[in-house]
Amino acid sequence: MDLILEGIVKAFTLIVGLDAEVVRVTMLSLAISGTATMVAVILGVTAGTWLALNRFPGREALVGLVNTAMGLPPVVVGLFVALMLWRSGPLGSLGIIYTPAAMVVAQAVLAFPIVTGITLAAIQQIPPGFRLQVLALGATRTQMVWVLVREARLLLLAAVMAGFGGAVSEIGASLMVGGNIKGQTRILTTSIVMETSRGNFDVAIALGIVLFLVAMAITVLLTRVQQRERKR
Amino acid sequence: MKWVQTSIGMLALVWLTGCRSCQEGPLASQEPVERDVILATTTSTFDTGLLDVLVPDFEERTGYRVKPIAVGSGQAMAMGRLGEADVLLVHSPGDEKAFVAEGAGINRQRVMYNDFVIVGPAGDPAGIRGQKSASSALLSIAGQGTVFVSRSDDSGTHTKEVSLWKASGVDPVGMDWYTETGLGMGLTLNVASEKGGYTLTDRSTFLALEKTLHLDVLVEGDEALFNVYHVIEVNPGKYPDVNSAGGKSFASYLVSPECQEIIRTFGIEKYGTALFHPDAGNVD
Repeated sequence: MDLILEGIVKAFTLIVGLDAEVVRVTMLSLAISGTATMVAVILGVTAGTWLALNRFPGREALVGLVNTAMGLPPVVVGLFVALMLWRSGPLGSLGIIYTPAAMVVAQAVLAFPIVTGITLAAIQQIPPGFRLQVLALGATRTQMVWVLVREARLLLLAAVMAGFGGAVSEIGASLMVGGNIKGQTRILTTSIVMETSRGNFDVAIALGIVLFLVAMAITVLLTRVQQRERKR
Repeated sequence: MKWVQTSIGMLALVWLTGCRSCQEGPLASQEPVERDVILATTTSTFDTGLLDVLVPDFEERTGYRVKPIAVGSGQAMAMGRLGEADVLLVHSPGDEKAFVAEGAGINRQRVMYNDFVIVGPAGDPAGIRGQKSASSALLSIAGQGTVFVSRSDDSGTHTKEVSLWKASGVDPVGMDWYTETGLGMGLTLNVASEKGGYTLTDRSTFLALEKTLHLDVLVEGDEALFNVYHVIEVNPGKYPDVNSAGGKSFASYLVSPECQEIIRTFGIEKYGTALFHPDAGNVD
C-alpha cells in the first residue's frame, strides 16, 4: 500500500514540477504516436474507402485480412520491422533502426489496419442508395467519394482515436525497433518497463499516470470535435 | 468543412515536426550517421544505472552518440554475430571466447568484476544460508523442491546458473519448482521475491534493487561465483558495416583510467558499497 501511495505522491511531484525527463519522454511519445497515427490515417482512410467502394475477386479475403490485422500483436510487428531495418536487413541501408523514425514505422504498421478496418465499416454502413443519389445529382466519382467520407466523418474520428490509442499504448514494437535509448527513443511505455525492472516503482507509477492522462486528453479532444460535429 | 481544414492543418504540423525528429533525432544532433555507436550490453550494467553515468561522459569526451541496447549476454553476442552491434559489454566468458575464436569479435578486454550471489527468502526453507559451495546449495534447493527462479534467457547469469546446476549433478529443467522467466535480472528478482523463491543474481543488480525486494544474500564467496565483464569489439573484417572506429573508441574508453575510476566509486554514495570493481589491464 505504501508503494502505491508513494508512487502517487511521486507522480504528483514529477508532473507538477514538470520534471525535464518526464516532459521529454512524454513529448517524444506524442510526436512519434501522432506522426504514426497520421500516416496510418492517410493510408488507412484511403485503403478503407477503396475497399468499401470496389468489388473484385479476392475482396472478401482482403477484408478478412484487414479485420484480422486489427489485432496484430505489437511484438510480431516489432520483430518484422526490426528484421527489415537491421543493417543486415533489406532496408538496412536507410540506417533508421533505433531511431524515432523506426518507431513511427512500427506504430504506423500497427495502427494502419485499425484505421482501415473502421473506415471500411464506416463507408459501408452508408446505404448504397445514397451513393447512387449523389451520382444521379451529377457528382463526379471523386466528388462522390468526398461526400461519402464527409458523411462517415464521425466514425472516421473514432478510427483516428482507435489508431492513436493503439500506437501510444504499444510497447513491444517500440522497444524492439527503438531500443529505449535515453534522450533518443525512450517513450512513456518503454520507460515504464525500464523503471519497473530497476525497482523504481514510484517513477513507473508516475509515468503510468502521465500516459493515462495523455491518452485521455487526446481522446477527450477528438470526442469533443466529434460530438460538436454531430449537433450541427 | 472547417474541421477538415483544421485537422489537415494540425496533421501537417505534426508531420513536419515529427519528420524533423525522424531525421535528426530529438537531440537535433548535427553529427553524421556513423557517429552512432551501437552497444549491446548485459542488463546488469543498464539496470544498475552504470551506463547512465558512463555513456554521457564518453559522449562528451568523444562526440560519438551511443545507443545502448540492454539484452542478455547471449543476445548481445547474437547481435554481434549479425553485425547489428559495434561493441559488446558482456559477462559470459565461455561464450565470449567462442565468439572471438570464430572471428566475430576482436580485442576482448577485461573491464570490471563483481560476483554472483544466491539470494532467497529470509526464512530460507532449503537451509542454504552460509553454505560455501554454490552448487551444493543448489543441490539443497533441489532436494527441498523449493521455488528456484531462473532467467532462462541465455544471459551471462543464466549461463553461470546452468554451469552451477551441472556441477551439482541436478537437471532442474522441467521440474515443477523450477520457474523460468525469460526476463532481465531486475524483473526476475521481483518474481523470486514475490514467489518467495531463490535465484542467482549478480551482486550489483541485487544491491541496486534490494530496497524493493524481500530477499537476502544467502550464499556468497564461492570461487565459482566470480563474475567478470569484458568489452569486445565486433570484427569489422567480418562485418564491414559496423562502426569500428566508434566501437574501438568506446572500448578504449571503458579501460581508460578515467572510466575505471568512475567504475570504482559508482554506487558507493547511494548503496554504501561499490557495485563493480575496476579490472582493466588484467588478463584471464
